[in-house]
This record gives sequence, C-alpha cells and structure tokens, in this order.
Amino acid sequence: MHDPSATRARLVALFLLGAVLFGYPVLAVFNVPASVFGVPVLYAYLFTAWAALVVLVAIVVRRD
Amino acid sequence: MLHTWAIAAVSLAYLGALFGIAYWADRRAAAGRSVIANPLVYALSLSVYATSWTFYGSVGRAASDGVGFLPIYIGPMLAAVLFWVVLRKIVRISKANRITSIADFVGSRYGKSGLLAGLVTVIAVVGIVPYISLQLKAVSASFGLLTRYPDVIAPSHAMVPILADNAFWVAIALAAFAILFGARHLDAAERHEGLVAAVAFESLVKLAAFLAVGFFVTFGMFGGFGELFGQAAASERIAPLLVPFGKVGYADWMWLVVLSMFAVLFLPRQFQVAVVENVDEDHLRQASWMFPAYLLAINLFVLPIAVAGLIRFSGGGVDADTFVLALPMAEGHQWLALFVFLGGLSAATGMVIVETVALSTMVANDLVMPLLLRYRAFGLARRADVSGILLAIRRGAIVAILLLGYGYFRFAGEAYALVAIGLISFAAVAQFAPAILGGLYWKGATRAGALAGLSAGFAVWLYTLLLPSLARSGWIPPGFVEHGPWGAEWLKPYALFGLAGLDTITHSLLLSLLANAGTYVVVSVLGRPGPAEQAQAIAFVDAMRREGGPVRIWRGETTVDELRALLARFLGRSRADDALAEYARSRGVAGDALSAEPGLVEHAERSLAGAIGSASARVMVASVVREEALGLEQVMDILDETSQVIAYSRELEDKKLALEAATAELRAANERLRELDRMKDDFVSTVSHELRTPLTSIRAFAEILADNPDTPADKRQKFIGVILKETERLTRLINQILDLAKIESGRAEWHTEALDLGELVREAETATDALFREKGVRLATEVAERLPKVDADRDRLMQVMLNLLSNAVKFCGRETGLVRVRVTAEAGRVRVDVADNGVGVAPEHHERIFERFRQVGDTLTDRPQGTGLGLPISRQIVRHLGGELWIESEAGRGATFSFALPAAAAGRHET
Repeated sequence: MHDPSATRARLVALFLLGAVLFGYPVLAVFNVPASVFGVPVLYAYLFTAWAALVVLVAIVVRRD
Repeated sequence: MLHTWAIAAVSLAYLGALFGIAYWADRRAAAGRSVIANPLVYALSLSVYATSWTFYGSVGRAASDGVGFLPIYIGPMLAAVLFWVVLRKIVRISKANRITSIADFVGSRYGKSGLLAGLVTVIAVVGIVPYISLQLKAVSASFGLLTRYPDVIAPSHAMVPILADNAFWVAIALAAFAILFGARHLDAAERHEGLVAAVAFESLVKLAAFLAVGFFVTFGMFGGFGELFGQAAASERIAPLLVPFGKVGYADWMWLVVLSMFAVLFLPRQFQVAVVENVDEDHLRQASWMFPAYLLAINLFVLPIAVAGLIRFSGGGVDADTFVLALPMAEGHQWLALFVFLGGLSAATGMVIVETVALSTMVANDLVMPLLLRYRAFGLARRADVSGILLAIRRGAIVAILLLGYGYFRFAGEAYALVAIGLISFAAVAQFAPAILGGLYWKGATRAGALAGLSAGFAVWLYTLLLPSLARSGWIPPGFVEHGPWGAEWLKPYALFGLAGLDTITHSLLLSLLANAGTYVVVSVLGRPGPAEQAQAIAFVDAMRREGGPVRIWRGETTVDELRALLARFLGRSRADDALAEYARSRGVAGDALSAEPGLVEHAERSLAGAIGSASARVMVASVVREEALGLEQVMDILDETSQVIAYSRELEDKKLALEAATAELRAANERLRELDRMKDDFVSTVSHELRTPLTSIRAFAEILADNPDTPADKRQKFIGVILKETERLTRLINQILDLAKIESGRAEWHTEALDLGELVREAETATDALFREKGVRLATEVAERLPKVDADRDRLMQVMLNLLSNAVKFCGRETGLVRVRVTAEAGRVRVDVADNGVGVAPEHHERIFERFRQVGDTLTDRPQGTGLGLPISRQIVRHLGGELWIESEAGRGATFSFALPAAAAGRHET
C-alpha cells in the first residue's frame, strides 16, 4: 500500500543515518593511514557509504 | 599549439551550441513536448550546484586538506535525501503563490512584505557577487593557462588594462548569454525551459570532462588507484593528506556540511532550478537519489587528481586550483585539455547564467519595481505599458551584477583561492535558513522577527567575512583584521569576542546564525503577527494539508476591464488576454462572461506576481481594486459573518431534527388512534355480546312464564328470581361500562380527601362479611400501626377494595378458602395486599386480566363469574390516584393483588 508518511519517515531516517555516517566519531574510526586494495581507507569509506546511501534512497523512493 | 583565437572561437561555438539547445527546447515546449519534463533532466539541472569551484577549486582544496573538500558535497547529498520532505513543500507553496525567487518566497511568507523581499535581495546580491567573480576568475585563469600550451605557466598577477583583461570580456559574453537565455521576454510564471535544458546539458559536459581527466590521470598517467595512492603514501609531503582529520577539524567539517546543506536549498540559482523551473513535483522523488549520485561521480576523482598533481608538479610553481587542466597539458594531450577547458567553462557559465537570471528577477521585482512604483515622480504607475521597462530593468540588472562580479574579481579576488571565495557566498545565503525553515513550520514567526534576524545575521557576516576579505585585498587597512578596529582586540573580525581557534568560515557562520536565529525567535515571540502575516503563515505552514491555493480574505470591487488593463501594462496585451482566458477556462465560463470576483482578482495578482514579484503585484492590484484596507477589525467582521452563517446553519439543523421528531410523534399518535379505533370496535362488539347473555337469559325465562301460565308457583318463583338476578347483573354491567367510560375520559368526579386506609379496609371487610360467610371463606386482616394517610376518593377506593375482596372470594375453594389482607407502610407509600389461596393466575395472564372483559379460564365450561370490568376499573382508579395495582401469582398457588398509593404530604411527615 502506498503510504506517503511512511516514505517520509524512511527518508528522514536515512538522513539521520547519513548524518551519523558522515560525522564524528565515525569518521575518526576511518582516519587511519591504511589502505584496502591500494585505496586509502578514509577515501574508500566515504565513497562506499555515499554510494550505499544513494542506493537506499533510490529503493525507498521507488518502492511506491 | 592552441592559439588564443582558436580557444576563443571554440568557446563561443560551444556557447552558441548551448544556445541552440536552449532554442530547440523552447520550441519543443511551445509545441507542448517539453524535453525537461523528466526527473533525469531535473536532477541534471540541479547539478548547476557544481560550479567551476567544484571543477577546479575542489582539487585545489584537496591538495591541501585531502578529503576536506568533501563536506561541500556531503551537505547537499544529505539535503537531497530530504528533498521529498522539505523541498516539496517549498515547491508546492511556490506554485500555489506564483513565487519566482527566494526573495519573493521570504517576502510572501511574512505577509507579502516588500521590505523583507528587498532585504533578501540585497543580501543575495552582496553575498553572491564574490561567487560570480569566482567563476570569472576560474574561466579567465583556465583560459590564460590554456593559451600558453604546451608550457604550464600560471598567468601573471600583474594588473592589465580592463580592455586587455580577458576576464572582462568573459563577463561581457556571459552577460549577453544570460540575457539571451533568461531575459528575452517576460513570462508570467518566470519559467525558462530552454535555460534548463542548456544547464542540464552543461552538467553532462562538465561531468564527462571531469571523469575523462580523472580516468586519464588515474589509469593513463598511473597504473590505477593502487599505484597512485601507493606513491602518495610513500611521499612524506603527500601522505598526511590521506589522513586529514586533525588538520581538518571535525567541528569545521560538520559546519561546512550544515552550511552547504543550506546553500543547496537557498542559493538563488538552486531555488531557480529546483523550485521555479520545476515541472512536476514528483521529479523530486527521483532527484533525491540522482542528484547525490551525480555529486558522487563528479567528486570521485578529485583526490586522485590532486594527489597526481602534487606528485607530477612536485617542484611547485603550479597552482593546485589548475591541476585539472595542467595535468593533461603537461602530458601533452591538447584535445583533452581543450575538453577539460570546455567542462570548466560549462560549470562556470551554467552557474553564472542561472544565478544572474535569478538575481536579476529579484533585483527587478523586489528592489527596482517597488521603488519605481512607489515614487510617483517616475510616473510609472500611470504608464500604459510597463512590460518593456520591466525587461530593460532585468537586462540592466544582469549586466550590472556581472560587472560587480568583475569588479570584485579585479580588486579583491586575486588574494583568495576559489574555495574561500565560494564559502563567503555560502555563508551569506545561509542567513536565509532561519527565516525560510522557520516560516515553513512555525506559524508564530513574524515579519519583524524575520527582518531583525536577517539584518543581524547579515551584519555579522559583513563584519566577520566580507570586510576582512576586502581588508586582505588592501582596500581597508590590514590592521583592522590583525588588531581589530581602533586596536580593540575583542572586535577582531576573525576572533570576535575572543572566539579564536576556529576556521574563519566556521567562526562567521556560528556567530551569524546564532545572531540571526536568536533575534528571529526572540523578536517573533515578543511580537504578534498581523492579519496578513497570519493568513500567509497558514497558507505556508499548512501547504501540504490543503488542496488548491490559499484562501484569500478579500473585500473590494473592480471590473474585468480594469484588471485586463492592469495586466496588459505589465505583461503586454496578448499575455494579459491569455491570463484571463486561462482563468475563464479553469472556471468553465465563456471569456466575456467573466465577472470581477475575488478568484479572478487573485488570479490576476498571481499572474502579475510572476512578472513583478508578489509584493509589487499586491500593490498594483490594490490600486485598481479599491480594496478595503483589511485591518484586524474587518477580518474579525468577516469571521463574525462566517460564524453567524455557521450558527444559522446549526439552527436549521436543529429545526430539521425537531421537525423529524414531531413527524415521528405524529406518526405514533396516528398509530395509537388507529389502535384505539380498533379497540373501540372490539369493545363495542364485546359489550354487545356481554349484554346479550343476560338479556337472552331474561327473555328465555320470561317467555317460559308467558307461554306457561300454569307453571307451578315454586318454579315460577325460581324463574322470576333468575330474571331478577340477571337484570341486576345487567344493570351492574351497564353501570360499570359507564363508570369506566367516565374514568377513562376524565369526566368522573373525584372527591379527594385524606383517608386512613386501615379504616377503609375494615369497612370493606364489614361490607363483604356476608359474602365470605356464605362461601365459608376465612378472612384475616392485618393493619400496621400508625399508618400515614393517603389522598384519595373514599367511594372509588372502596369500589377497588370490594372488587378485590369479591374476586378473592370468587376464586377460593368453598370452606377451605383463606383470604389475607395486609396494610403496610413502605417508602412514602401505603400498600394493601389481598392474598387468596385460590386457583391463581398463570404468569402469562398477569397483564391480560387487566384488559376489559378478559376473564381467564375456560369460557366454555365455566360460567362467567363477573362482568370482566372490575379489575380494569380498579386499575384505572388506582392509577388516577397516583398509585399502582398489580398481581403476583402462579397457577394453582393462589394470587396476591396489591396496590400502593403515595402517602399524603402531611402523613409522610408523621412517619
């Protein structure tokens, strides 16, 4: 069933998730001089989290 | 070798192609086949957010702060997640009110305040000018760099004459294009399909160019991310960039995220593409992930390019802001370099064109027009056709804004990196956040609060960011920044009140937003919104709840012709006719049958608002509408009228209910009448039957006596006895029928007096003594002491008692019968029970025995032993005296008839 308020609530939840993912202290965890597959951890984390958020938002807005 | 003229020609050709796209899109739109009516184009047009600051400046910032450039894009990405929640409301409101700029939005929210809209315009222009100069600087710098191909030499900072300065010509060219794209003609809705299509195309070009250089650097110059970052990590100079926090503060990072979140919503150009140019609200839904995806793609290679630039130009001498262009040049890829230049040009032109169009709309509608209309000296309010002037003002504003941008670039911009300039503008735009967000969700916000908040925030921004930037450029003594004005250390603009240790942007943002939001809330809370403000507050805050436009409280009078003339002055004749025809269509009436109703006036005002802003439109419409000034009193009057209407309708409702109830009562009464009629028929036939029985018997015996004169004397005597007895019975029957009829019709005479029931019972006992003795039935009477008296008619009550006693005797067995009479007082009543031990009455007959002529028992075998009227009469009498008569019995176990009468008032006191 199409429920507009549920979509809004999910988007707000994703926004809060994003605020946590891209804020202190999570960023401090990845602020280390190491790399995964040759890519610096922080750089890899930021873009992976970003992509994940994009996918989640796309799923939420396309669901209804 | 790339010649200057070749680069200029390619640039112009590219801009020409853009114009071609815009022209094509406009034609398609006119034909009703819009190319921008899909979410992808919408998301691409939103990406006008990524300017040359992104294209060149991000790499520059990344070269010093690593991922420190990212908050500027993380903020918008997070804001985009909320597009469907927040931006949709702004879009909905703007469409309903024909809002065409952010100044209009703020002014409209706070009671269509022209003053507020003007202030927002001033802040926007002052704040955005550095941002525009940044674009000029980027285009001019990249142009200068590219002309020196294949050498990578930064252009000198030496002052050149204005006419020899390529930035000046860039500014002129951009002004021309902005006018072509955005101010060719007036549009009531201020929408520019062609402009949006061109901007979307530019977004594609800049993304493609940046990705191309990113791939080239990462995979062409280096063997992929691994090798690139491997070399970076090995370098003592570059490695710290990969772990930037520490150098980049978490607080600064967070504030930049917040700042850019506001920027993506409230920058005039973002408002233009996201709100004004929005075709379909539903596009926001897809844009909320497409736009973040675009930002991700365009930022992916920023850090790799920065790192590669630092490695490649390890000797220094190349500005990190130009790495994007310098790397392909240094590697000898001139076509790639040219493509990158076009990408940068796209980013810059897209921003400049949309921004100047948006700003010129604001300047014309919210600054110049209100002034011209207000001061009669200009005679504008009387001119027949103002649309030409309006267009000229727009175009003039575009040129003026670009020249201002050029001025800032020439006299202040050189001292700064691209990013720093852009952030100054962001901080100015962030001042709109409290007034807009508060206005969207808080009805108590007032115009005074918004004015005070914006002024306070703007003042702090001026002092802590703009003035120091001018000081840095030598226009104000530098001591102002280092030691504060007049050596007052606590007034140092970068450490106001001693608040040191923060990034300059964070410092300014923190203080200005604090001053802004604080003043806004405090002034709003202390004051009260006026009626017009309240009306707009409701229209804005409840925008998602109501369907259709805001309800307008309006009183006044005008004619259709006056409105038509007004529209024609600002929109031109044909557009004015179109606007009226559109309204006529929406109301389903013929064009010439229009009347100057409030809806039409409102439609006219909204059409005008598209062209000259809501505040001016309101003034102009008011000039022809002879509107009554709508003060609080008038609003209250209107409310009064409304509540009266509501009261009337309630009254009608009540009346209707009352009528319905009356109808139901009448119907019931009718039913009852029919029932009574039927009962009367029954009664008559029963009475006839009852009368005939003794008559038949009398006649039969009389005939026997007449026919047989020689009947023996004893038999004759017996027959005469029967005849006498039947005659008596007949008389009694008739008396009782008359009696009952009298009581029921209320014509009986009652002689009420205070009676002692005990005494009455004993009298009745005496009167029926013979009857009891004849049948051998015993009678036991028990009368309680100190009985209260009752108000009753002695004779009638005696009739009841006699009836009950004779009934009791009648149904008792001969010699074995026992009748108990008890008189007691109970709860304000006096109760008499007459109990026998006779045949009793089955429960199902309890009520029937009180019906007239109803005798329980087998009528065929038992001779009727009474008239069948005694009990009904008794019940009538007791009821008339305010009491009740009832029976308790089971078949075969005797019956108890009881009645209770209310004690007389005096008697009750005695108990």
